[in-house]
Amino acid sequence: MSEPVSALKNISDLNGIAAIREIGPLGMITLRGDLSDRAVQDAAKTAGGANAPDQRKINAEGDGGVAWMSPDELLILCRYDEVPLRMTNLQAGLSKGHALAANVSDARAVFEVSGPRAREVLAKLAPVDLTPGQFEPGMMRRTRLAQVPAAFWMTDAETFRIVCFRSVAQYVFDLLKIAAQPGSEVDFF
Amino acid sequence: MLVLTCHACGVTAEETEFHAGGEAHLKRFGPGSSDEDFEEYLFMRANPKGVHFERWRHANGCGKWFHVARDTMTLEVFGSYSAQAFAPPEELLSRIEDRRPGWRGQD
Repeated sequence: MSEPVSALKNISDLNGIAAIREIGPLGMITLRGDLSDRAVQDAAKTAGGANAPDQRKINAEGDGGVAWMSPDELLILCRYDEVPLRMTNLQAGLSKGHALAANVSDARAVFEVSGPRAREVLAKLAPVDLTPGQFEPGMMRRTRLAQVPAAFWMTDAETFRIVCFRSVAQYVFDLLKIAAQPGSEVDFF
Repeated sequence: MLVLTCHACGVTAEETEFHAGGEAHLKRFGPGSSDEDFEEYLFMRANPKGVHFERWRHANGCGKWFHVARDTMTLEVFGSYSAQAFAPPEELLSRIEDRRPGWRGQD
């Protein structure tokens, strides 16, 4: 099999007020179905290694986890090389009901923004209240970064992970880089 | 600026995260209907100054449609409700009545 390559070859920018790294490739599986269905919940738990999260939440640990995306959609996170196996298990677990599991790992780009000013960098780009206490680790937010859709969550108090479409990876990296350029501190949070 | 709450996922965000879908609760007139009914369905829209019911889509979020009741003049948002509703819920109508007494006769 050929080597998987992330959208921007793990480019990084560490000179700004927050460190920006493209990480990945990260395994991502979209699971759509009736989230109140036990079979769907169990399949998500097996594939993501965590319980199906509540509304707008994410249960993540390391590179694995399950995120709530919409009333009928979950995002399963895992290591890139584990996706084929987990897809097979998902298909088996979901064979009796009406549900869909799709491997979207190659359709996405993943960024990590870290540092004490990471909140500030994100707050410049997304129409989301990122005040500590309003947005915390464990929450999942689908929104936009400037002109493109994106979703993000926090892995700890100073680190965000952002997923966006692979086709806009360069745009999102440039956005983050400009929002984090040296001397652009706002000191709002 | 409009601040809306998505009925499907509960996110409260400003309007750039959503996409407006026009007047709510239209009744479709398709093949076999009269020309007048079809024209009415296709082109004629209420354009009230005041209370208005609209469809919105959480385009940059969960992707779901929902309904919003708001005031077109003051931009006050009265509430949002399910996209599957054929009419606004009574509870919302009475809340609007509290804020805009007698609004129903204004269309």
